[in-house]
Amino acid sequence: MSIQPADRCFSPIDPFAEADDDTGDIKKVENHIHIRIQQRNGRKSLTTVTGLPAKFDPGKILTFFRKEFACNGNKVNDEKAGEVIQLQGDQRKKVLDFLVDKKAGLGLNPDNITVHGA
Amino acid sequence: MDNEVQDQPERKASRKSVAFTDEQLVVETDGSVTIMSAAEEPKETAQSHTPRTPPLSAALEAFAVADPSSQAAADEAAPPEDGGLDLSLLKKKKKKKKVEGLDGDAEAEDGAAPAEDGGLDLTMKKKKKKVKKVEGTEEDEFTAKLKQLEVKDTEGAEEAQQEEGDMETGTGVWGHSESKTIPYTLLLSRFFTVLSQKNPDHSLSGTKSYKIPPPQCMREGNRKTVFANIADICKRMKRTEEHLTAYLFAELGTNGSVDGNRRLVIKGRFQQKQIENVVRKYIIEYVTCKTCRSPDTELNKGENRLYFITCNNCGSRRSVTAIKTGFSAQIGKRKKMQG
Repeated sequence: MSIQPADRCFSPIDPFAEADDDTGDIKKVENHIHIRIQQRNGRKSLTTVTGLPAKFDPGKILTFFRKEFACNGNKVNDEKAGEVIQLQGDQRKKVLDFLVDKKAGLGLNPDNITVHGA
Repeated sequence: MDNEVQDQPERKASRKSVAFTDEQLVVETDGSVTIMSAAEEPKETAQSHTPRTPPLSAALEAFAVADPSSQAAADEAAPPEDGGLDLSLLKKKKKKKKVEGLDGDAEAEDGAAPAEDGGLDLTMKKKKKKVKKVEGTEEDEFTAKLKQLEVKDTEGAEEAQQEEGDMETGTGVWGHSESKTIPYTLLLSRFFTVLSQKNPDHSLSGTKSYKIPPPQCMREGNRKTVFANIADICKRMKRTEEHLTAYLFAELGTNGSVDGNRRLVIKGRFQQKQIENVVRKYIIEYVTCKTCRSPDTELNKGENRLYFITCNNCGSRRSVTAIKTGFSAQIGKRKKMQG
């Protein structure tokens, strides 16, 4: 903030405004990718990938996943989480590998990805 | 279970044997696992173990050692993979002897190994008084065993013991006139011995491990898991049960309830290993101080709904992210109907 030139100081973002932690948080979270797992019945499980960057086409990623991991999956538009990719089975490791991989994958920063679940 | 397989295939083998042994699996902050016999007073795991100097192997092979050690502990038949094992298993006297014997054989077989082990033994002796007694008997056994072996082998072992004894006095390999090159592992072990002698605080701070009892998991019926000692674990970590519960539920993507004995009932099938992983994540995220890695911290609500961790050791204060459940998919139409 302090390095900004004087005229920029009057930008619409008021640094001294009451911090609205909710909206501030969501913007941060948006570029953070969460890979989660959900248990289903029996030995089945479901992998969900949320927060993929908008520059990637979720549909294309999904088709790649389905083909590569030999699993079914679909994409869901969630109000809060945006586009969510759901995959059948536990694909967390594979998804993470793909997202991080620089050559064959998207080459994303692993720091921005969290893998949840046990 | 099935979720786990892809993540850590190497652990799969040991899981079943680990889950219900009487040993205490101890989770450390850095993610490594140690096993101790449950026969010891359980409280000791929390405190008196912590100030001990880390096994040399920790330095030599970083964290990778912890897993094999837990594995080997799980089935005694497996020979130890390195010297670091011995240290972590020291508490188990009977088992240890067995391991030691095996180790001795391995030592005698190749010349390079004894050096490392010798250094290790030395460090052990100096750091742990309790161990000394055990060590004595083992040494005897060890030497007795060696006598039975052929001359060539004993030579190697003798060398090892020589190297072992004279690190301080400066004879043998460490002698002033000695021209033989000293292997790196030996030098490293000497460094750590000297460090722990002269400057114990220094050698401890980095690797001081934080230990909590392992989560006890039982299956309740077919699709519920009981996390029995959550109260105990929370007490150790100085966190509320609600907080840990909320985190567990968010991470595992389920829900559950607390039963009459303050045990946590989680919906879904989870194994001890899985719970352990999540608890470990929790510790890293919400318990340890990021600056000094001390687990002696407090979690409290600061201003505007944020949670802060205050370290009692170094006094640093940091905010932690609130627990968020995130997106959860709708599973099955029938579930939806139920609500």
